Amino acid sequence: MADILKIDRLSFRYPDSPKKAVDGFDLSVGEGEIVVLAGQSGCGKSTLLRAVNGLIPHMYSGDYSGSVTVGGASVKDSEMKDLAQKVGFLFQNPENQIFMFTVERDVAFGLENLGVPRTEMRSRVDEAMKLLDITDLALRAPHELSDGQKQRVALAGVLAMKPRLVILDEPTSLLDPKTAEELVALVARLRKELGTTFVIVEHRLDLLVKMADRLVVMNEGRKALEGTPRDVLFGGEAEAYGVAVPSVTEVQRLLASDGSVGLGQLLGPVELADAVERRRA
Amino acid sequence: MIEFQDVTFVHQNGVKALDGVSLKIDSGETVAIVGENGAGKTTLVKHVTGLLKPASGKVMVDGLDTSSTTTAKLSRKVGVAFQNPDHQLFSESVEEEMSFALRNFGFPAELVEQRVAWGLNLFGLTEYRKSSPLVLSGGEKKRLTLACILAWDPEVVILDEPTVGQDSIQKEKLAGTIRMLTSSGKTVVVVSHDIEFLWPIQPRVVVMKAGRVLGDGPAGKLMLDKGLLDAARVARPHLVEFYESLSNRPETPFVDPLEARRWVEGEGSP
Repeated sequence: MADILKIDRLSFRYPDSPKKAVDGFDLSVGEGEIVVLAGQSGCGKSTLLRAVNGLIPHMYSGDYSGSVTVGGASVKDSEMKDLAQKVGFLFQNPENQIFMFTVERDVAFGLENLGVPRTEMRSRVDEAMKLLDITDLALRAPHELSDGQKQRVALAGVLAMKPRLVILDEPTSLLDPKTAEELVALVARLRKELGTTFVIVEHRLDLLVKMADRLVVMNEGRKALEGTPRDVLFGGEAEAYGVAVPSVTEVQRLLASDGSVGLGQLLGPVELADAVERRRA
Repeated sequence: MIEFQDVTFVHQNGVKALDGVSLKIDSGETVAIVGENGAGKTTLVKHVTGLLKPASGKVMVDGLDTSSTTTAKLSRKVGVAFQNPDHQLFSESVEEEMSFALRNFGFPAELVEQRVAWGLNLFGLTEYRKSSPLVLSGGEKKRLTLACILAWDPEVVILDEPTVGQDSIQKEKLAGTIRMLTSSGKTVVVVSHDIEFLWPIQPRVVVMKAGRVLGDGPAGKLMLDKGLLDAARVARPHLVEFYESLSNRPETPFVDPLEARRWVEGEGSP
C-alpha cells in the first residue's frame, strides 16, 4: 500500500512560543486507511493538521524542520491551490466553512476558485451532493439547515474537490449521537466506494474504534502511542494521555483481568454481554 | 426555581422551536436536556436567561417573570456558558474577561481578584491570565466562559454542550465541577449530546423533540426507555446497552464500569 501521507521528523515552533508545538513527529498513512488521532487539548494535534493541509508553513510562520509529503509531493514546496485538491479539510464547526446563499453554490465554491470548467463543475457538484444525500437541499440556504445537514454540505464541498486524503477535525462533536453514527457510517462508505483516506481527530472514541485501522495518541507534540485501537485501548496507557476509553471497553478490560472475558478484540456493549453469558454457560 | 408554563416560541422563519413546553425545575436540581439537533434545547435555555421571550405562555425564574424582567437582572441569577464561546468572549485578556461581569455586578476589587484567581485555577487557565482569549484553544475558551460564570456565583448555572472540544481529563474535571455545584445547592441545567458524559452524573433527564418535552425523569429510569429514546433519536449509554443485554442483571443499571465488574464477578461466584 502506497503512502498517501508521510510525516518525517516534523517539528514546528510558533514565534514567541517557548516550546515546540510539534516535536519530531513521524507518521505514515497508507492509501485508504482510516487513522484516528487523539490526545489532550494542546497536545499539538491542530498544529499537525495545519502542517498537513499547508496552512503551516504557508500561512503561519515559525521554526519548521522535517518534512510532510502528500501523495509524494512536499507540502512545503507545493502551492496552496495544488494542496487544496489533494487534502480536504472538514472543520469542527461547519459554520466556519459554509457561507454561500445556496447549498449547491457552497458545494461548488472550492471548484469555482480553482477555475474548473462549468460543465465539469456541474457534474462534480451533483455527484458530491448525491454521495451525501443532499440533492434535495441544493437550492436551500445553508444557514436554515440542521447541524447534521450543514456538516454534510461542508463535506460535500470537500469531496467535490476529489481529494485523496480527507482530514476531519472532531467531526462528531456538534452532532447528536444518531447523526454522529450516520456520519461515521458515511466515512466507512466513502472509504469503501472511493478509496478515500481519512485522518480523524476525535476525543470521543466510542463511535470510531471499530472502524479505524489505527489509533495514534499525541502528547506534548510527540507520538506517545500508536497501534490498532484494540492494542492502544487495552494497553493501559491511553487514559494518561487524555484519551477517553469507552465505558464498555473499560468493563471488558476489568473483566479480562480476572479471566471473565478475553481481550482478542474490542467488543461493543451487546457483544460484551454475549461474551459474559457464554462464560457463564 | 425555573418554571415553564405552556411556552411556545416561533422563530422569524416560522419554525416553531418550542411548542407548548411545561417544565418545572426545583432549586438544587441537576437536569440534563437531551434531544437531536434542532429539538429546541438551546431555545429552551435562552428563555431561562430572558434572551428570548415566549410568544405565548410564561417563564418564571426565581419568582420573576422573564417577559417583564431585564436580562441584566436575570443574569445575576442565571449564568450561561453558550455552545460557541466565541459569542461571549470579547475582552483584551483572560483576566479582564473574568473580572468584567464581577465589576459590573459591583463586587469590591479585592473580591474580584480572589474570584478571578479561584476560577482560573479551577479550570487550569492560570498560565493564560495575561493572554488574549483569542489565543486559547476551543476547549480552553469553553472552560474560560464557565470560569467567568462561576466566578459571580449565580444560583442557576446553564451549560450548553460543555464537553465539545474537551479531552477526557477535562471532561472528568467538568463532571466533578457539576457534582460540586450540585452539592453546593446550585441549580444546574446541562444541554448535551454526550450521553456517555451525562450517564455517570445521573441527572434528571428531559428529552426534547420538535419543540416538545417527550420524556422527563431520573436518568436511571429514563435511559431504559428504548421506545422513547428511539423516537427522540437519543442514543442509550453503552453501559445501559450492556446491562440490558445481560439475562441476569441487578435492578438498576450500572453507573460506572467498576459497578459492572462487581456485579458480573459477584454473580459468577457461589
